[in-house]
Amino acid sequence: MDANKTARLKRRATNWALNIALFIAMAIICLPGLWIVLNSLRPTVEIMAKPPVWIPNQLSFDAYRDMFSGIGQGGIPVLQYFRNSMIIAVTSTVISLAIGMSGGYAFARYRFRFKGGWFLGLMLTRAVPGIALSLPLFFLYARVGLIDTHAGMILAYTALNVPFTIWLIDGFFRQVPKDLAEAAQIDGCTRWQAFWQVEFPLARPGIASAGIFAFLTSWNEFALASQLTRSTSSKTLPVGLLDYTAEFTIDWRGMCALAVVMIIPALLLTYAVQKHLVSGLTSGAIKG
Amino acid sequence: MKAWRLPPHVALLLPAVIVLAAVVLLPLLLSLWSSFTPFRLTRPDTIYDFIGLRNYRRIFTDGDFWVAFGRTVLLLTVALNLEMVLGLGLALLVERASRGQRMLRTILMFPMMFSPILVGFQFKFMFNDNIGLVNNALQSLGFTDQAIPWLIDGRLAFIAITTAEVWSSTAVFAIFILAGLMAMPREPIEAARVDGCTPWQTFRYVTWPFLMPFAFIAMTIRSLDVARAYDIIKIMTDGGPAGRTEVLWTLIARTAYSDARMGMANAMAYVAILLSIAFTAFFFAQLGKARAQVAADW
Repeated sequence: MDANKTARLKRRATNWALNIALFIAMAIICLPGLWIVLNSLRPTVEIMAKPPVWIPNQLSFDAYRDMFSGIGQGGIPVLQYFRNSMIIAVTSTVISLAIGMSGGYAFARYRFRFKGGWFLGLMLTRAVPGIALSLPLFFLYARVGLIDTHAGMILAYTALNVPFTIWLIDGFFRQVPKDLAEAAQIDGCTRWQAFWQVEFPLARPGIASAGIFAFLTSWNEFALASQLTRSTSSKTLPVGLLDYTAEFTIDWRGMCALAVVMIIPALLLTYAVQKHLVSGLTSGAIKG
Repeated sequence: MKAWRLPPHVALLLPAVIVLAAVVLLPLLLSLWSSFTPFRLTRPDTIYDFIGLRNYRRIFTDGDFWVAFGRTVLLLTVALNLEMVLGLGLALLVERASRGQRMLRTILMFPMMFSPILVGFQFKFMFNDNIGLVNNALQSLGFTDQAIPWLIDGRLAFIAITTAEVWSSTAVFAIFILAGLMAMPREPIEAARVDGCTPWQTFRYVTWPFLMPFAFIAMTIRSLDVARAYDIIKIMTDGGPAGRTEVLWTLIARTAYSDARMGMANAMAYVAILLSIAFTAFFFAQLGKARAQVAADW
């Protein structure tokens, strides 16, 4: 066999091996999610079956019906949790976007002393573990009467989201050339007008993805919510998920169904902004 | 006469600073103070007793605390390194795929959308010794006929938790490194190949240095949020059975809310906070260095 032929064969073999590796990796990424969806659709008997039933005999939406009508095992008020989650996540996202825009603009457009230090300082507030922060917040909130209220959770999540929103939005404003706003100002705009008429529209896709990131953080957060909420008046979905675990038994099917309900909004939103998210976070990668 | 006004950057940063001071800084000062007191939730006036460093002395001589601390550091080291290596591999695999890149990237994003609490629940389900996917598959394929106690044995539980953690966060690394690969100019690679570099040399000396800042951005973002492992562990094992998977964060939660010993828990929390901050600051510094390197070389 001549050398050319072996080389070609070898390359084809590695090609195949790498494609198979990619396929397996993607399967591992998808599998847990599909497993959850599948189990939310089949009866508990089948989930518990020994030996395992691999191909479901019947599929039904009973788990979802039970969940939303509140008559499932234990009658968990999913609709109420869903509403709380929505209110808290949306409000805190809006507020942290407003704060993040002003902060990000300051970092992108002004020079001031200790700029790097301020930036790092703001980021480090995000590094405080939720559970560690929950201890003093719990005490303070109990004093002020914010425990188990929407306002308390909104405030906490706003603080959680601000550092990251600033980082993202700073990156997006830096991609907008300074000259554009300056040209607008020479043409007679005030700085305020130049911002809203020129810079904001250009950075808008980025700001939208920062908002979605903030929304997802609030939507998914558990450590703070589990301590600062008490009842149906403010419990969010991640905390509600634990309602399905009773003392010794777990309603696997119900939990799977709730998991699917939680993941769908996140899935749609992430899909919508994926492109901007990555470009925004890496825009500062090379020129710091 | 002109009225004195705030400089614009101060005015712009003020809202962020106010919110963070009120919701993060002030509570942290309070918890710093209470870590020097024997504060218990059930007896609010104990917050005024100053006992100096007694809480700290007690946790530093406590074996359970050090075991939890060691386990936390081990978990983070193993998980972050695995995520980095797997993420790099995944990014390289996706980059060389000729078709369906868009779809592959969307799938890559998939684990990022899962809330940590969901990741924990889903792996608790899969690793369940009786009805879980992992044991069912192993039994159906005939590798074993026993139910492997994934979440009951301490060592196996550690593996299960690491798997969950790696599954949920490898994507972050893969996505950022992929972004780096896409942004990379082609000529240096071709030049290296023409100059006779092996593929490994090309990767080691040309591609990797360029990818470094991207990898460190991913690292920094991850380390900002390392404590989200708490959610995963909380739902998978809750530190149990008998403290065999206890990490710093579950220990804090237990001390504070089950035992109601807030002062003690706050002392532990400070150790956890310093740990997170050390991780973040370290990677932030590395990011700066890698950026400077790339700026100098390219």
